[in-house]
Amino acid sequence: MLATAVIVFREVLEAALIIGIIAAATRAVARSRRWLAAGVVAGLCGAGAVAASAGVISNLANGIGQELLNAIVLGVAVVMLAWHNIWMSSHGAQLAASAKAVSNDIREGRSELSVILVIVGLAVLREGSETVLFLYGIAAGGGSDGSMLAGGIIGVLAGVVLGYGVYAGLLRIPLRWFFTATAVLVLLLAAGMASQAARFLIQADLLPSLASPLWDTSAFLSEESVPGMLLHSLVGYDEHPAGMQLVFYVAALAAIGIGMKLASRPHNSKPAPTASSR
Amino acid sequence: MKRLLCAALLAPAALIFSPASLAEEADYTLVIQDHRFKPEEITIPANKKVKLLVENRDDTPEEFDSHDLNREKVLMGNTKGIVFIGPLKPGRYKFQGEFHAETAQGVVIAK
Repeated sequence: MLATAVIVFREVLEAALIIGIIAAATRAVARSRRWLAAGVVAGLCGAGAVAASAGVISNLANGIGQELLNAIVLGVAVVMLAWHNIWMSSHGAQLAASAKAVSNDIREGRSELSVILVIVGLAVLREGSETVLFLYGIAAGGGSDGSMLAGGIIGVLAGVVLGYGVYAGLLRIPLRWFFTATAVLVLLLAAGMASQAARFLIQADLLPSLASPLWDTSAFLSEESVPGMLLHSLVGYDEHPAGMQLVFYVAALAAIGIGMKLASRPHNSKPAPTASSR
Repeated sequence: MKRLLCAALLAPAALIFSPASLAEEADYTLVIQDHRFKPEEITIPANKKVKLLVENRDDTPEEFDSHDLNREKVLMGNTKGIVFIGPLKPGRYKFQGEFHAETAQGVVIAK
């Protein structure tokens, strides 16, 4: 039962952290909760669909369909997180100033809501499909007494508690640091995902590894350990990264960071921002 | 942004239908049976990229998982999949079947 709980927790962890951070980061956006919940539901449906068609998916593209799907899902998530952060850095100050949603930004607000849905949905889909497969495997393997189900539930609950803990903890941050703190977290999440996407493309031999590994810090901080797992999910820590992963990581950091700078600049100098970035 | 998304989705779609790498041409084959790897030790040349075919002969899904090799891949029951590993420095690289880690353990030795 414990082994089941640990594996399920490990799968749920990343999605839970993402949901906790996004929930906190968008707390001032009107109706964001509803869209977050819709994202979880959509993600669960997607996870079921991916799990059910996992055999078909992995046979696509001569056995690398799964890597491609993972890389695409991660890539879209990176773009969405980038969009979210850039949107936040141009509207964050307004949102902080008035707790209610800014009325003349309804259009942008609406697209921000769908971005929340996609980010949360993809996180749940990616982590959830593996959990479904794992639990299905145990059930099919004859271990379907109550203990497996109990382990699965404990794992999911532990993940939910952690995600809520992150959310509640972030809300305690004083307002003047709040946007910076959540923006940095989302930025690092996105960079970590870009690095993971690179890893799947290397595994599929669509990208060269450049150096594998670039370093080995497994003795210093193992990814099997709880801090290692948390850092892996939060900032993309990898004990044996390939050089290409670092390239993706830094490129994502730089691109999103520059986008945020550009988005926040006209806002700070002029009282009424008019230009939309799209 | 929508156009960008479309491009991001279409580029891999083109790959899906391209006859790039055939599973039959794998350098090494690893079989999963009764939640164990066969063989449990694979020796490969160091500093060379290797194409590994992992074949799951069990009816249940398994995840080929290795922090040492920095690889993870889910294999459904009775399916095969390709994992590229390396180029590796000489050494021992442990891997496991995450869904049945108590029995499914193995090691890649790069020489």
